[in-house]
Amino acid sequence: MAGLELLTDQGYRLDGRKATELRKVQARMGVFAQADGSAYLEQGNTKALAVVYGPHEMRGSRSRALHDRAVINCQYSMATFSTAERKRRPHGDRKSTEMSLHLKQTFEAAVMTQLFPRSQIDIYVKILQSDGGNYSVCVNAATLAVIDAGIPMRDYVCACTVGFVDETPLADLCYAEESGGVSSLALALLPRGGQIALVQMDARLHQDHLETLIEAAMTACKGVSKVLDEVVRQHLQEASVLSRE
Amino acid sequence: MATVQVSEAEKVYILHGIRDDLRVDGRSCEDYRHMEVETDVVSNTDGSAKVTLGHTAVLVGVKAEIGKPKPMIPNEGYLEFFVDCSANATPEFEGRGGEELGTELSNTLYKVFNNQHSLDLRSLCISPGEHCWVLYVDVLLLQCDGNLYDAISVAIKAALFNTKIPRVHISSDDGGGKEIELSDDPYDRMRLDVENVPCIVTLCKIGHRQVVDATLQEKACSVASLIISVTHKGIITCTRKVGRGSLDPESICEMTEAGKRVGKALHSPLMKLLQQEESLGKKRQKVGFLG
Repeated sequence: MAGLELLTDQGYRLDGRKATELRKVQARMGVFAQADGSAYLEQGNTKALAVVYGPHEMRGSRSRALHDRAVINCQYSMATFSTAERKRRPHGDRKSTEMSLHLKQTFEAAVMTQLFPRSQIDIYVKILQSDGGNYSVCVNAATLAVIDAGIPMRDYVCACTVGFVDETPLADLCYAEESGGVSSLALALLPRGGQIALVQMDARLHQDHLETLIEAAMTACKGVSKVLDEVVRQHLQEASVLSRE
Repeated sequence: MATVQVSEAEKVYILHGIRDDLRVDGRSCEDYRHMEVETDVVSNTDGSAKVTLGHTAVLVGVKAEIGKPKPMIPNEGYLEFFVDCSANATPEFEGRGGEELGTELSNTLYKVFNNQHSLDLRSLCISPGEHCWVLYVDVLLLQCDGNLYDAISVAIKAALFNTKIPRVHISSDDGGGKEIELSDDPYDRMRLDVENVPCIVTLCKIGHRQVVDATLQEKACSVASLIISVTHKGIITCTRKVGRGSLDPESICEMTEAGKRVGKALHSPLMKLLQQEESLGKKRQKVGFLG
């Protein structure tokens, strides 16, 4: 597309990254003491807070409880000051509801819900600053929060949004790239087994390019999983040092 | 709020302790918990602040937009408040659960902050009757452990101090209308004078004494609370009684005196901290939630 050059001839993007480079990921687990599990994750300029309550008894209607596994309840919301244009409603609009359902689907694939029948696990994610890749940052933050809560999972869930420009897949899109008319694909992966938990794309893309794009997304997700693993081990080390003393 | 179950024996224990000026965590009746304030945490906003008071965590973002002034007061700008009780604090706030508390909080904030005495609203006017700055103050509750009003008011004061509004140049264009130009220079910004912005002090009546900065447990033992907003000179701008019980007129006088004392003492350390943080400038390491 004309206008801003999303990928220059030398291979640099708008923020100076190369095509396959991810943004800087910084994260911290155990941010809030009152919740069962919490985590804060920054990926470039996108900041998300994830909080997990559970597993606990079903709240509200008991009839919705499942006899053989836990119900995962997700809510995605954005702070009103998170976007450049002030958002009037933090949640409840169609986009947020759709995101909440996607998060629910992603975590139902990863969390071992058969261990907690008739109970409920709540995952609440809040975007504090939005600069592209909202879904991916939410999934990554929520993974850390679920691990902080001590809920068993099959594997880390790592997500990344990739786009396709000039025959090149771009990993980890920022807001300017997403709104610049790039066909973007969001993918959530369980890295060790290479299982895909969620794939979502609503743009036009030629069938021949689909496989390259998914490959690029999976590589990017594996990169994210390494960072998340580091964060968890660091947190565990800090916690064990504190408890030893 | 997050629900807290307190047994009768615990209530008696807390009551007896407060009678002797000793609270469960060792504080005296007029002591605040450990408070942390940090500004400029969210870069998409014109001003932001994060306040942690014990386990209560509040994030405030201020966005300035150009709007039309109110018809009754054409030469003043105004503030709009929105309090978002997020589900992060407690699962009961999921969906529309937090709306009631949010509306109650934002209505009180309107009364306390949106007037000429707290903030110079005339400085927010661009051209009388046509354009003015509207400051959208969005409060995000991340964790609730009692004493929301105090934490929110400190955060709002810090965020308003941190707010940088672009300077406006009005020029008349060819058609005879006014053209508004915003300055592009990131250093050419207008700052707000927050000297007179009040801070809210909540006093809970437990037994025969009043307690400042009550935790959820202590709140469960109290009959009623008094919310007082105090400026740095010790002037009370707004008073409200909340809670299910009733208060004696003498207790209200006592609580007001105590509130004035505590509120006045809150302003100078806060302004000192904000100015210190500001003086570090670009060298300041932003911590946010990562610290």
